[in-house]
Amino acid sequence: MNTSPTATGPSDVTDTGSLRDRMLGFVRERWDFVALVALAVAPLVVPALGGALGGQVTMLFIYCILALGLNVMVGYTGLVHLGIAAFFGIGAYLFAILTVPMYPFQMRFVTAAAVSALVTAGVGLTLGAPTLRLRGDYLAIVTLGFGEVVKVTLRNLEQITGGMKGLNPVPPPGAGLKIGGTDLGLAFAIDPRWFYYLALLTLAGVVVAMRRLENSRLGRAWVAVREDELAAEAMGVSATRVKLSAFAMSSAVAGLAGCLYAASLSTTADPNAYDFNRSIMVLCAVILGGLGSIPGTLLGVALLVGFDTVLAPWADSAIQQWNINPSGSSLLSFSGWRLAIFGLALILVMRYRPEGLVPSRRMAAELHEAH
Amino acid sequence: MVFFLQQCLIGLTNGALVAMVALGYTMVYGIIRLINFAHGDLIMLGACLALTLVSVLGMAAWTGTATWLGVALLVLLCGLFCGGLNVAVDRLVYRPLRNAPKLAPLVSAIGVSFIFMNLGLFWLGPADRSFPELLPATNLLAGEGLQFTAKDLLVIVVVVPLMIALSVLVKTTRLGKAMRAVSQDPTAAALVGIDVDRVIAATFFVGGFLGGAASVIYGLYINTIGFQMGFQNGLYAFTAAVLGGIGSIPGAVVGGLVIGLVRALSSAYVGERWAGAIVFAILIVILVFRPEGLLGRGTKEKV
Repeated sequence: MNTSPTATGPSDVTDTGSLRDRMLGFVRERWDFVALVALAVAPLVVPALGGALGGQVTMLFIYCILALGLNVMVGYTGLVHLGIAAFFGIGAYLFAILTVPMYPFQMRFVTAAAVSALVTAGVGLTLGAPTLRLRGDYLAIVTLGFGEVVKVTLRNLEQITGGMKGLNPVPPPGAGLKIGGTDLGLAFAIDPRWFYYLALLTLAGVVVAMRRLENSRLGRAWVAVREDELAAEAMGVSATRVKLSAFAMSSAVAGLAGCLYAASLSTTADPNAYDFNRSIMVLCAVILGGLGSIPGTLLGVALLVGFDTVLAPWADSAIQQWNINPSGSSLLSFSGWRLAIFGLALILVMRYRPEGLVPSRRMAAELHEAH
Repeated sequence: MVFFLQQCLIGLTNGALVAMVALGYTMVYGIIRLINFAHGDLIMLGACLALTLVSVLGMAAWTGTATWLGVALLVLLCGLFCGGLNVAVDRLVYRPLRNAPKLAPLVSAIGVSFIFMNLGLFWLGPADRSFPELLPATNLLAGEGLQFTAKDLLVIVVVVPLMIALSVLVKTTRLGKAMRAVSQDPTAAALVGIDVDRVIAATFFVGGFLGGAASVIYGLYINTIGFQMGFQNGLYAFTAAVLGGIGSIPGAVVGGLVIGLVRALSSAYVGERWAGAIVFAILIVILVFRPEGLLGRGTKEKV
């Protein structure tokens, strides 16, 4: 029980060896710190982050937060959740309702985000409480159904949610707040690097929180319930309460990601942004990276988002440059194969590395026990 | 009253179609406890084949008996195609994962569904395609005030015999007995000499065949197909299977009919755009109060 996986691995790597080995060892052990510093410095060095690229990387951070939220349920607690996008959407819409000019609330960013995350957690609890006694597959299907219900409701309640137009304009954080003579909201609206730092900071906070949770009493209870519910119950862990807390935590983090999403796009976008496709993509990211593994989850999201925003456009333009595809057939464009490549990746990972690319130690041990 | 009856009729016809698809889910789930996410997309591929066959054979010009025979041929060919494809996928993807943790085949099924969708995208193109109206739209119940056309009749004449055939297969034949045995306990079934892998393959074939047949009817009845149709229809069908009690064959039929009725009635009385949400809300409510489904047996978790 006490040998929970921690991010700081064995320290024997750094004991001996050349400077290069020591550097590598440091990066391996403190990947989180190195990555954080690199990402924090990047906007100062890479001017492109002040443009469209900055917005894309901000989205990447937001999806990372969403995936970490999902990881609580699917990874730690072992409950298959096929509707995380619904909670992402609930968070985004709540945040919009609390901030847009057409509603009387017009709260500050932090208050609105906190309220939306809490209410989203409440929605998660409301859905979870009656459904948690369902067996695994049934729970999966209830979350899927709930996702569809939320999407349809968001689309149809036009008076409240704006229907297909969504809610906008969502004001940037700190609108009207003056720091040293400059309007903070204006700064957010003009320079994407502000959102970049906001999302990065939130992501870092979520990572730290998740890591603390992993080794807390609650985190160990989540894993215990995943491993063997009956045994956990016999040890005095209340499976229902533990699962409910996972549900609430997942929903809250997803809701928080939704707030950032709405704020950075300054609109909730249309309800189709919160459909099954998004749920399944986030789930795929968590599974590809490694269930229950924080670095794995982050890597999974980076791979999936990177595929769409970096690799696919690059390969497509390369194909055009080499003039392989003069007729413009979708069979010969790289992005035409997007779904098949995802599908194949999922199948191959499940077959040869079911614990994911960067597995948590416990998952890896468990999955290789059978062989 | 006539309006209500008409909606019920529409609901039952649609429901029969949903039930056909639901059977594919429930049979596979019953035997290997896998939610076959790719089933809806398998049916989409069946519909692609049906559309291609219709245009290659020039069936739009056929009339009378030739049309009905042509439809029978389509049902057979698409059934064989989907059944064969399902068996191939089982052999290549699911079979190596028989002893893996439960999440592995589920995620692989999602992967297969992506691949199928991509194939459908190449086959049909990104836009929805219209499926030619092969059957005359004359009302067979003229004078009653109700609308019941050859298309509706088609659904009944294909679905009902296939379902009877299926229940005969499962209840009376040796293969059916083997299927029931494997679904109860694969290890014990293997111990008494049943070739479990072959029985599972047969189940995938039967489920796929029904799906292929359903895809032809879907094309002829709904008249629009697209590469994304698999997800929505699969979702309804799976809901039907769960509603009736997943793993139970009569349950899938009842669930399908209920879903069809609920959809038709809520489209008529609440509004088309809420129909989907109502179906899933009912699903959630039923699962909360009767998790084993309408006709399913409760199972005890074993230690």
